[in-house]
Amino acid sequence: MPNLGIEVLFEGSNFERLLGGLLVTIEISFISIVIGTLLGIIMGLLRTLDSKPLRLVLRLYLEAFRIIPILVWLYVVHFSFSPLLQIDISGEATAILVFSLWGAAEIGDIVRGALESMPKHQVESGQALGLSSGQLYRHILIPQAVRRMLPGSINLATRMVKTTSLVVLIGVIEVVKIGQQIIELGVIKAPNASFWVYGFIFILYFLVCYPLSRLSKRFEHKWQN
Amino acid sequence: MNLDWDFIMESLPLYGDAMWLTVKLAVIAILLSLILGLLFSLVLFYKVKGISAIIRAYVELSRNTPLLVQLFFLYYGLPKVGIQLSEFTCAIVGMTFLGGSYMTEAFRSGIEAVGKSQLESGLSIGLSKVQLARYVILPQALAISIPSLGANAIFLLKETSIVGAIALMDLMNVAKDLIGMHYKTAESLLLLVLAYLVLVLPLSLLLSWVERKVRHAEFGN
Repeated sequence: MPNLGIEVLFEGSNFERLLGGLLVTIEISFISIVIGTLLGIIMGLLRTLDSKPLRLVLRLYLEAFRIIPILVWLYVVHFSFSPLLQIDISGEATAILVFSLWGAAEIGDIVRGALESMPKHQVESGQALGLSSGQLYRHILIPQAVRRMLPGSINLATRMVKTTSLVVLIGVIEVVKIGQQIIELGVIKAPNASFWVYGFIFILYFLVCYPLSRLSKRFEHKWQN
Repeated sequence: MNLDWDFIMESLPLYGDAMWLTVKLAVIAILLSLILGLLFSLVLFYKVKGISAIIRAYVELSRNTPLLVQLFFLYYGLPKVGIQLSEFTCAIVGMTFLGGSYMTEAFRSGIEAVGKSQLESGLSIGLSKVQLARYVILPQALAISIPSLGANAIFLLKETSIVGAIALMDLMNVAKDLIGMHYKTAESLLLLVLAYLVLVLPLSLLLSWVERKVRHAEFGN
């Protein structure tokens, strides 16, 4: 086997193109996490309110994302929105929409959990000490809530980065798609390309996700109590 | 919206076949993952030299990479170095590779939750390490792990939606084909969503019921 095939990764601009594709993946996850977090905070606050119908609706919203696979959501939005709304929605826009809504549901649940786990007596003690409600939030509630939310949120971010690999299936040009293009182009010159290209993409994902999951574990241990 | 009911009735068998494929895949992959997870978590518990490090590396590698890329590597990459697996085998291997690490973590956290005093008591009454695992740790660890094992099972069942990418005729592929051939988008997607509801919802309800039971058992009343 004179041609190992690993050279294909470094031929021409292949290396940069693959990294560029990874960037698309990261971009979609990042935008979705930002939008999802903002919506999720609102949703989490709403879910602690005392309105039964509101709780039910938001719970159903969360369960819809937990029960139906994300790929199904991508298909549903991708195949039905463009014809329905008579506008051409790109794969990226579809992906950001679906991932943001998913993020909002999951972050909403994390925020709700953090808020509900806060012991009531802390608020009461704070008030007894004469703290204003602004001070109460600033010094007591928010720092603790953030601690409780961080591990789960970072975990969600890792899951999102991994799940964005699916957007190739609705036609987004990201790292897997670029890998496929490189493999197709080199089909005669580098017949082993798929082994190296997919292996490389595998490692790329690991390099992005591993630090995130380490971070989440670190926070979990540090702030366990 | 006007739905074409004849079309829906005609496509039902296709969805039925695909659901059957999903169930087969999920059941095999979940069982294999459970076996791997139990074995690996015990290896980690006993700190078996050498093997523990390999298993830790495997867990991190598998948890931090997407199933789609794992499947592509197995299906398109491995044949280039002489390992050719069928689509179905690839799907099983990929899903077990993914599920094994999740199940290992679930068992491990259950084992870690068993009180240290219990281990010491067990050792002090002369139990061997194997007896300790068999009679003291595993029964308790299993009860603690059940919610996360169940969550992983649901996760794996949903992950089967990806196997269409390596040419298996799963629900996603059936829906995509029907949309491409007949332009019956609404009908195809409706059936797709319903199929997953039928598959996942019962398991999800069962899990939340079990979780309530386990919690009850933990804290009494």
